[in-house]
Amino acid sequence: MSTLRRRILGAIPVILGISFLIFLLMHIAPGDPVVLLLGEDATPEEIARTRHDWGLDQPLIVQYWDFLSRAVQGDFGKSLKFNEPVINLVKERLPATIELGIASLVVAILISVPLGVYSAIKHNSLLDHAGMSVALIGVSLPNFWLGIMLIYFLGGQLNLLPVAGRIEYGINIQPITHLYLVDSLLTGNFAGFWSAFKHLLMPAITLGTSLAAIVTRIARSSVLEVMRQDFIMTARAKGLSEKTVIWRHILRNAMITLVTILGLQLGALLSGSVITETVFSFPGIGDLLIQSISVRDYKLTQVLILFFAVMYFAVNLLVDLLYTVIDPRIRM
Amino acid sequence: MLGVRYFKIWVGGAILLLLFICGVAAPLLAPRDPQAQTLEDRLRPPRWSENGSPAYFLGTDNLGRDILSRLIYGSRISLLVGAATVVLAGLVGCTLGGVAGYFGETTDEIVSKMTEIFLAFPFLLIAIAIMAFLGQGVFNLIVALMLSRWVQYCRVVRGEVLSIKERDFVTAAHALGGKNFYILLRHVLPNTLASVTVIATFAMAVVIISEASLSFLGLGVPPHIPTWGSMLSEGRSYINRAPWLTIFPGMAIFITVFGINLLGDGLRDVFDPKLRRQ
Repeated sequence: MSTLRRRILGAIPVILGISFLIFLLMHIAPGDPVVLLLGEDATPEEIARTRHDWGLDQPLIVQYWDFLSRAVQGDFGKSLKFNEPVINLVKERLPATIELGIASLVVAILISVPLGVYSAIKHNSLLDHAGMSVALIGVSLPNFWLGIMLIYFLGGQLNLLPVAGRIEYGINIQPITHLYLVDSLLTGNFAGFWSAFKHLLMPAITLGTSLAAIVTRIARSSVLEVMRQDFIMTARAKGLSEKTVIWRHILRNAMITLVTILGLQLGALLSGSVITETVFSFPGIGDLLIQSISVRDYKLTQVLILFFAVMYFAVNLLVDLLYTVIDPRIRM
Repeated sequence: MLGVRYFKIWVGGAILLLLFICGVAAPLLAPRDPQAQTLEDRLRPPRWSENGSPAYFLGTDNLGRDILSRLIYGSRISLLVGAATVVLAGLVGCTLGGVAGYFGETTDEIVSKMTEIFLAFPFLLIAIAIMAFLGQGVFNLIVALMLSRWVQYCRVVRGEVLSIKERDFVTAAHALGGKNFYILLRHVLPNTLASVTVIATFAMAVVIISEASLSFLGLGVPPHIPTWGSMLSEGRSYINRAPWLTIFPGMAIFITVFGINLLGDGLRDVFDPKLRRQ
């Protein structure tokens, strides 16, 4: 476990670096956040009092230290606009983002793995070229446009799926994990499950396809790479069936690259969630981030961005842990 | 397969050239002023539609502005932001990567720590963070995207320099009395050009989509400048009544990025000897 501990300890300076950069950015931003909140009509006394209340009259380094020492105790301060502790807002919105992230990952895997593996096995065939052309189109599609087009066709023209939100108004799901799909299943609320599923489908397709396009290309090349290895020739020479060679030897070895790439792409998924949640008014933390930026709630923006960084690091660590399961030769 | 490779380069290059011509010659090509509002002609569908007007080939928006003209002018921002970001990020990334790879030791450690910090964060979120705090503007946008893209150049160039500096011609240059910076600039860095060109091409595609994404979120250039992303964002509210407001800007982004990716694919196939053998 020493490597794991080293990874976590190694991340601390990086997270501190990011938090300081964000802190610095917030302070060089044009416009006074106090004036922005109180309005142009605020008296200098009111402005000075609010600045003192928030500790904004302290030197920069003192403010940063204050922020850090509170943050490690889980106190991220209060959102200026929502007038609620930031941590509550994050807790409220996070499950939606996690649910969307997992659903998008499932969509991406369902599209990319079969397409990439099949293209590699049928290397240089018409199907391979068609698969790769689809992947190239996918990489080039701006996902917010895809989302809008889905809203237009599936939501507007065909009226098949809801175009915004996370669940139909009036349907309540008893919270257990706060993931609607899971909670509705656990409580046997099938109407709730169906509604949550329908609301999740378009955002998940939007976010998942952009990821699928990248992963398809990498899945293909990693399978091709493994197929050229000597042990595959040995497996065939031993007389193993093609099915066994593909499933037991090629796919298992290609999985390591695939998991790495999926892990690395989760960062793109996090960025993508900001845009996708905005397009579908999906109430996750990405949508909250854009709202906080539009109302200039710098404190909330700062914490949310930092939160994204920590989440990105945690996901990458999880991917590293997954390697040991896939490839027992790697030990943490 | 060489034909397919060159086909990709030709088609991709042609699309990029078209974007360049549109951007440079926008005042000559655009049929109207992109800002001119004709409220009586608002939300006109494209020319070939039932209520389309011959005066507006791709229709008009909610303020009666000509979509085609706005698309042509919008290409300027994509081109400017794309090219400037790719060049600046390339300069920063290649310089730092080259210096880190060539001199190694402490320099390498400092640069590697810096890249680690930037890689510890999804690049679009870096751009969102910077734009959120610095505010809208072409310059801010280029800086934000540059700061999020230089790392890719840096890592690749560092890796290549590490291997190139061990080659015989570098030893020969040293033996001839060449100074370190001279050797780095004259002999080492030019040998990374093939990889840098491929990275730059793909980076351009990513930057154009990122610029459109940021403009779509209202974090790009100021609202009065027409961009494809902001056109999409404005058209969203009219999606069922006037779908052409979102279809055409989205297609413009898609075709441009598709062309650049095609060019990048072709260039990579030509430059990468490993792929050439396959």
